[in-house]
Amino acid sequence: MSKSFESVQEVRDGLKKVNYLADSGIAGVVYLAQRLGKPILVEGPAGTGKTQLAKSVAEMLGARLIRLQCYEGLDESKALYEWNYKKQLLRIQADKSSDSWSEVHDDIFSDEFLLTRPLLEAISSTDPVVLLIDEVDRVEIETEALLLEILSEYQVSIPELGTITAKQIPMVFLTSNNTRELSEALKRRCLFLHIDYPDMDREKEIVLTKVEGITENLADQIARIVRSIRQLDLKKAPSVSETLDWARTLILLGIDHIDAQEAKDTLHILLKYQTDIAKAAKELSVDK
Amino acid sequence: MPVLDLMSGFIVELRNAGLPVSLTENLDAMEAVKEIPLEDRDAFKYALAATLVKSQNHWRAFETIFEVYFSLRGPEYSIAQDGSEDSEMWREQQDLQMQGEGKGQSGGSMDGLTPEEIAQMLMNALMNGDQAMMKALAKQSVQRFAGMEPGRPVGGTYYLYRTLRNLDLDNMLDRLMDANKQQAAEELTNLEQRLEKDEFESRIEQFKQEVEAEIRRRLVADRGAEAMAKTLRKPLPEDVEFMHASRDEMQSLKKALQPLTRKLAARLARKRRHGRKGPLDFRNTVRHSLSYGGVPADPKFKYPRPAKPELMVVADISGSVAAFARFTLMLVYAIQGQFSKVRSFVFIDGIDEVTSYFKNTEDISDAIHRVNTEADVVWVDGHSDYGHAFEVFWERYGKDINSKTTILLLGDARNNYHATSSWVVKEMQKRGRHVYWLNPEPKSYWNTGDSVVGEYGSFTDGVYECRNLRQLEGFVEKLV
Repeated sequence: MSKSFESVQEVRDGLKKVNYLADSGIAGVVYLAQRLGKPILVEGPAGTGKTQLAKSVAEMLGARLIRLQCYEGLDESKALYEWNYKKQLLRIQADKSSDSWSEVHDDIFSDEFLLTRPLLEAISSTDPVVLLIDEVDRVEIETEALLLEILSEYQVSIPELGTITAKQIPMVFLTSNNTRELSEALKRRCLFLHIDYPDMDREKEIVLTKVEGITENLADQIARIVRSIRQLDLKKAPSVSETLDWARTLILLGIDHIDAQEAKDTLHILLKYQTDIAKAAKELSVDK
Repeated sequence: MPVLDLMSGFIVELRNAGLPVSLTENLDAMEAVKEIPLEDRDAFKYALAATLVKSQNHWRAFETIFEVYFSLRGPEYSIAQDGSEDSEMWREQQDLQMQGEGKGQSGGSMDGLTPEEIAQMLMNALMNGDQAMMKALAKQSVQRFAGMEPGRPVGGTYYLYRTLRNLDLDNMLDRLMDANKQQAAEELTNLEQRLEKDEFESRIEQFKQEVEAEIRRRLVADRGAEAMAKTLRKPLPEDVEFMHASRDEMQSLKKALQPLTRKLAARLARKRRHGRKGPLDFRNTVRHSLSYGGVPADPKFKYPRPAKPELMVVADISGSVAAFARFTLMLVYAIQGQFSKVRSFVFIDGIDEVTSYFKNTEDISDAIHRVNTEADVVWVDGHSDYGHAFEVFWERYGKDINSKTTILLLGDARNNYHATSSWVVKEMQKRGRHVYWLNPEPKSYWNTGDSVVGEYGSFTDGVYECRNLRQLEGFVEKLV
């Protein structure tokens, strides 16, 4: 990493400059991760800005973001590296006559025939990078083991080539939606950060920075209504991104002061289940 | 070095509370703390949290222990008010500091106020959301009303109750709402009123926490961190016993249940898909061999598709075990996709089918509420009578049991010395696939007093102790 943070406040200000409002917890963990050279495991409800955090940190550092989207069935040929079989085959056929076997063998297992995948690319890159391993809970528990070496030692072992060690330690973010318990081994190697729904004041500020042309008054009202809705017992509470969608909708509709009727009419942007909408409408309705 | 001692005591306490803190995590925490300026308490807390707490469920336990071990200390928190030089000096310093920050008029000058005046000041502070004032008032009220005595062996809740009673906090919300109405220039709409109410509620909650923290600080100063942590130690949500859960614990249980069911469902679905391979699929192998010129190069296997079990849940919902039945029903219905059919019955001394409550509704807690209020489960006196309930069950629904049916019987089998009619369970086992009994009581209580779980148990495929979410989850996973 080219530059190193001096204080938590510096991280916070830096993130604010790229329009990410971090609370002291988030900024503190990012600061620590960089100082200690450890990956961050980010957990929390959907739509609270987990992936955005990695993107914003990359933007703040002026680093390239390398993203590995996890899914069931992800394996090392897609996450780490793969040999370029076709090219190897061509090489063998190209000059059958001259080389001895051992020469060919050494030759076809060299850098030239190696296809780097996100993890290896992040390690071998010379310019600053931020590695984002998205939705790590989607891979099987066995595949998780692939990540362990890179997360603790920042190196990748390739049997034919030896060990490739990182030229510089990248910042690593892993996000998880908590659909399953991650293994102890993985958790132990990471700093843990839980991003929850923001409190009212922070949400208001987020709305103010992210939505253009919004008045302070409306942002305040939005934040307060969203807080009230989150207190209800819902299947899926509104996320920050849904709050932002709602704010944008209200702007488009030219509303600058929400009354109960308008709130009711636009609830479907905040909530995605019919029962939730009905419940919230009842709670906020005029004829309570 | 005192910080180091404190840290190791802190980590021991975390482990005592059930958090899995490994040695490397411990070292990481030490490493992390070095990077943080010690006077920044917030950053210190997050540094410890990031390295030591790896699950959101454990956050509350962590926070409590942190507050105990790293609370602000100083003679001003000591309970005994002997007016010694030392504490006088501290108080003065404190006042000076407060005035310096422009948050004056509180502190020492409050000593002369009557309780009514304090309550009035509190109301004003809550009304305006004046944080500094709320803090000062919390301190003042604890000093005044809690009546704390050094060495007295009572818990923090007692002092909390005493403090809050004197402030009449229960009616505070109504009074705030009234005052707010009078202040407002025009009539507030219902929506605005609701928002105001939520705002006040959160402020009152904040004040309560402030009072609690103040009491805790004083207790720590009196008793020392270790003893205090011991009294505050609470089981993690997954270890809370159903039968003895307080209302707060019930709430946290409910919250823990939701992600748990999601995880369980995902895990079970995955298990189903990734089952082991079955025997060779001959037809499929031959068909694929055509592309290799008739050589069966790529053998194909049959994937076993285990039939989804049918489930009948028969639950005792009498007072003592109601909470357990509720959680089991919630869990079962949350993963009902894993079963081909789920039917549920509840009983006390009469029995009623409640399957229909769960149909056509997305809201499981709503259905559970209907079960508790609408189901017809009382036959004579509303005391558990397993024998009669089972007989009626057999008579009405026995014919619906077939070789695919798994039956779950939930209850503590405390039969009030009625006839057991255990022949019904025997018949169930004969006709159904499996019969399991889940008992929320600790194993050591089984078959004591009027518990007859042993008699029923001898006819089932297994009796399981299900005292907490962890055990319940384990059982359900085994079931599917």
